[in-house]
This record gives sequence, structure tokens and C-alpha cells, in this order.
Amino acid sequence: MAIDFGALGPEIALAVTALVVLAADLSLRGPAKQLVNPVAAAGTVVAIALTLRLWGDERSTFGGTFVIDSLALTFKLLFLGTLLAVLGISWRFFAEGRYFQGEYYFLIVTAFLGMVLMPSARDLLTLFVALETVSIPAFVMVGLRKRDLYSSEASLKFFLIGVLSVAIMLLGMSLVYGFTGTTSLTGIAEAIAATQTPGSETPLLLAAVLLIVVGFGFKVSAVPFHFWAPDTYAGAPMPVTAMLAVASKAAGFVGLTLVAFAAFAPLAGAWAPVLGVVALATMTVGNLGALQQRDVVRLLAYSSVAQAGYILLPFGVARGGTDALSLAVNQTAFRAVLLYLVAYAVMNIGAFAVVIGVARRSGLRATADYAGLGARSPLLGGAMTVFLLSLGGAPLTVGLWAKFAIVEALTVDVTAFGLVLAAGLVVNSVIAFFYYLRLIRGIWMEAPAEGAPVPQPGFNLSLVVVGLAALTVVLGVLPALVTDTTSVVTLALGR
Amino acid sequence: MTAIPIGAHLILAALIFTVGLVGVLIRRNLIVLFMCVELMLNAVNLTLVAASRIWGAADGQVFTFFIIVVAAAEVVVGLAILVNLFFRRGTVDVDVPSLLRS
Repeated sequence: MAIDFGALGPEIALAVTALVVLAADLSLRGPAKQLVNPVAAAGTVVAIALTLRLWGDERSTFGGTFVIDSLALTFKLLFLGTLLAVLGISWRFFAEGRYFQGEYYFLIVTAFLGMVLMPSARDLLTLFVALETVSIPAFVMVGLRKRDLYSSEASLKFFLIGVLSVAIMLLGMSLVYGFTGTTSLTGIAEAIAATQTPGSETPLLLAAVLLIVVGFGFKVSAVPFHFWAPDTYAGAPMPVTAMLAVASKAAGFVGLTLVAFAAFAPLAGAWAPVLGVVALATMTVGNLGALQQRDVVRLLAYSSVAQAGYILLPFGVARGGTDALSLAVNQTAFRAVLLYLVAYAVMNIGAFAVVIGVARRSGLRATADYAGLGARSPLLGGAMTVFLLSLGGAPLTVGLWAKFAIVEALTVDVTAFGLVLAAGLVVNSVIAFFYYLRLIRGIWMEAPAEGAPVPQPGFNLSLVVVGLAALTVVLGVLPALVTDTTSVVTLALGR
Repeated sequence: MTAIPIGAHLILAALIFTVGLVGVLIRRNLIVLFMCVELMLNAVNLTLVAASRIWGAADGQVFTFFIIVVAAAEVVVGLAILVNLFFRRGTVDVDVPSLLRS
């Protein structure tokens, strides 16, 4: 069996980049160490080029456990683009903060290697390894500020929750293997369809499926497994928080999509309502939590819990049947998830970039410190306004279309449960607007505090902020730029 | 030699997993918490190997090796975090009031 190394191009590029970064860090001294950032960025650009070269291909290698298709490539591009943005907002932050820079860039490239591997995985084993390649570097990165008790505790909390969730997910995987005799996702779907009659499935199998779903629930910080998120996000270095809130969460959703729609599609009648209820609880808890926050990072952390709830909504209407309508429902649900993840990456990394820009040199991160930001720094104030409006789902931003896609997915086939979920989305969007607009009002209408410093974001960060703000608005006006791509991504998983 | 029935393996694995899970929930010493998580992972390994014997295929055993390797990597990272926290705080008890209690 020959290995298709061409299909592995992006992964190989990232793995080589990670090692080069580590070696470069060893040979550089003092301030020159910050040059590992452009090295990592160059490696990412190579990986993007290799991904684009594969565009349109349908390949598989390692006995079908690693697949290149439209779904895998789209997510790979999303992750690699996110990596570039995260590197952009990391440079000054880590160069000025006396961090272990080389180690950080090595770890972040390794974590993204796991994410890039994830959408190609079509086997429980590959999925598990990809997930851990994301998680283990993330545990270290959260605790990177190792002389800071806050960062260490955040890291420990994240670690304990992380390994516990993996143990629970593995128990589910081992039971599923016991039932089906295969770890291939399509093999599992075929075995389940062949042995289980809808409506009277083996209870232990359903329990195993729910264990796996719970494991991913931790990763995407869904209620009731969200409590680690605000503490970990607040304690971690800010670029790491941006990575966790966006990329790590997106990786969790990719994994959830793969197991839910590929392996356990025949059992959707059992897991879909559970995920629907979890989605409702997640967005409500996230938004109500965000209302009370006085720290911007914690506010964005709770907001990202709420956003995870929105992304989970389409899973709630998934169908188990194989008729045309069920397939259409699942397909629309999947595309809504994909579109929302793209929009979420653009607007949330942007928001974190502004927070880093404001905190640079001053360390200010309370919501009160954003009073009069628009007057002090029109660039950061204006960009933050765009990102917050988009997170809320205002017109002329990409956030509106993302929410629109979710409502569309919920109403492909009008059901009572789908309407309840859609109503939950609308009510929660209103709650969310309250705290987003409160922050925006502070930025533009309140006078800055006496002696409030003028933020100096630096060149890279300004570039990322302007780029992402422009992307938020352009995609808000011309959503077809991204939906033309997402609407051809199909859920035909390895069949 | 009579073979032990598969069900016995699975019941043993379920018991070990439960012991680990209960330990994580009630114990307060971080090192004991790590040991309990390891118990849970090893229960999973036992389930996989038993299932592998049912199907007469090696997939489950291969999976087990991956879990062992990944668990080792996790413990390395976890103990590093723990040692670092011990130097900052002087205790490995999770109940000690912390900065992050929200």
C-alpha cells in the first residue's frame, strides 16, 4: 500500500515548520528570538499553497483513514488562515512579554497540525490522535506564563477537564468498536444501519454514542461542560485565548460533525434532540453569564460559549433517515455549521486582536477601560464596533448571514422542535445585543477616564485587525464570496 | 484451560472505569486525580482488547497502543503543570482557595 504523500502536503509542511521553529529558537539569542514568528508564518503560507494545490481533488490514503475532499480542504484553509491571523496578533505580545517565544510558536504550529489533520480523519483512531495533537500543546500554552499563579491554575483546570473528557470519549469509542467491529466512520454507519432497527436500538450503543458526544461537548464548551472556559480563557495569554476560543473550538465542531453525520447518522433520532436541548442551554447560559462580566476577556469567553450554542443548533434537527428530505436537512445543517465557523473565526479573532491591542503596554482589560476608545484610537474602536455588531448578527456584517444560515437549516422541514430552536436563537440574539451594544456605547459615547493611555497596537496587529474588519464587512455585503464555496462542500463522507 | 468469558472482561473494565470516575469526583489530591484518570484510560484499554478478541481483529489492540502513548504524553504535561503549581502554591490540594473561583 503506497502512501500518498502529496495528499499529506499541508500536514508535512506544518510538521517541518514546527521543527524548524524549534531549531531556529535554539540558534537565536535575545531580541532576535522574535524572528521565529515570520518563520512560522512562512511555513503556514507554504501549507496554504499546498492545500490550494489539492483543491478539487478526491484522494484517500492510509487505507481510507485519511481523506482529501471538499470538506477537508475547506476546513484546512479555515484553520491555516486562522493560524496566520493568530501569528499576526502574537508577535508583539510575546516579543514584549518575556515569554518563551520559540516554545510558544512550536506549540501553536503543532496544535494547528492536529486541527489540519482533523477534517481529513475518517477513522475514530485518527480522530482521537488529531484531537490530542490539538489538546496537549494547548494545555502547555495556557500555562505558558509559568511564574503567574493565575496562568498555572487556568492550565491545570483546562488539563483536568481535558483528560477527563478524553477518557469519557474513549470509553464511548471502545464500546462502539465492541458493537461494530470497526473504527472506520463509514464502517460504523454501515454496521449500525445493518444491525439496529430504528426506534429500538441497543441502549448500551446509544449510551456509547452519547459518551462520545459528551467528550466533544467539553471541547466546544457546551453547557453543562462549559465551566472551565471562562476561567481558562481569562488565565491564558491572550493570543492563546483567541486560539482556544476559535480554532480549538472549531476543531471540536469538525470532530463532532464527522462522528455525528458520518458514523452515527443512523442514530440521529437519539442524539439530535439531546444536542438541540444542549444548544438552547448553552446559548442561554453563555449570554446570561456575559451580561454580568466586567472583564472584556471574560465577556468574550462567555460570548464564545453562547456562540458555541448557536453553532450546535443545526445539529438539533439532524435526521437519521436516508430519504431525500432527511439528506437535505442534514446537508443544510452541515453547511450552516461550516458557514458559521468561518464567520465566527473572522469576527472573534478580530475581537480578541482588538483586546490585545488595547491591553498592550497598559494591561487594561476591564470593560470600563473601553470608555472613549473610539476617540483615543478610531482604528481599534471602529474595528471593535464592527466585530461586536457581527458577533451580535447585525446587518452588513457576516454575522447576520451566519445566523441566517442557521435559521434556514432549522426550517428546511418545519417541525415544532426546529421552531423552538429558531425562537431560542432569536431571543438569545436580543440578549446578546444588550451587552455587545453596551460595550459599543462605552467605546463611542462615554468620555475616556482621566489619563487613559492611547493604545499602540503595532503594525502586525493593526494589519490583522483591519484585514479581519474589512473581511467582516465585505462578507456581510457579498456573502456569496464564501457561500459559493461552502455550498458545494458536501457531506458525502467517504461513500 | 478454559477461556474467561468476554462479558467478565467488560464488567471488570466497567468497574475500573467507575472507580476512576468516582475517584476523580471525590478525591482532592491532584496526584490521586491523575491516577484516577489513568485508571479510566486503562479501563478503556481493557474494553478495547476484549472487543478486539470478540471480532478476532487487531484494530482494538492497535488503538490500545495509541492510547498508551497519548496517555504518557498527557501525564508528562500534566505532571509538569502540577510541579509548577506546587512551586507557586506549596500544595497539590484542589480545594485550597484559588484565584480562579468565579
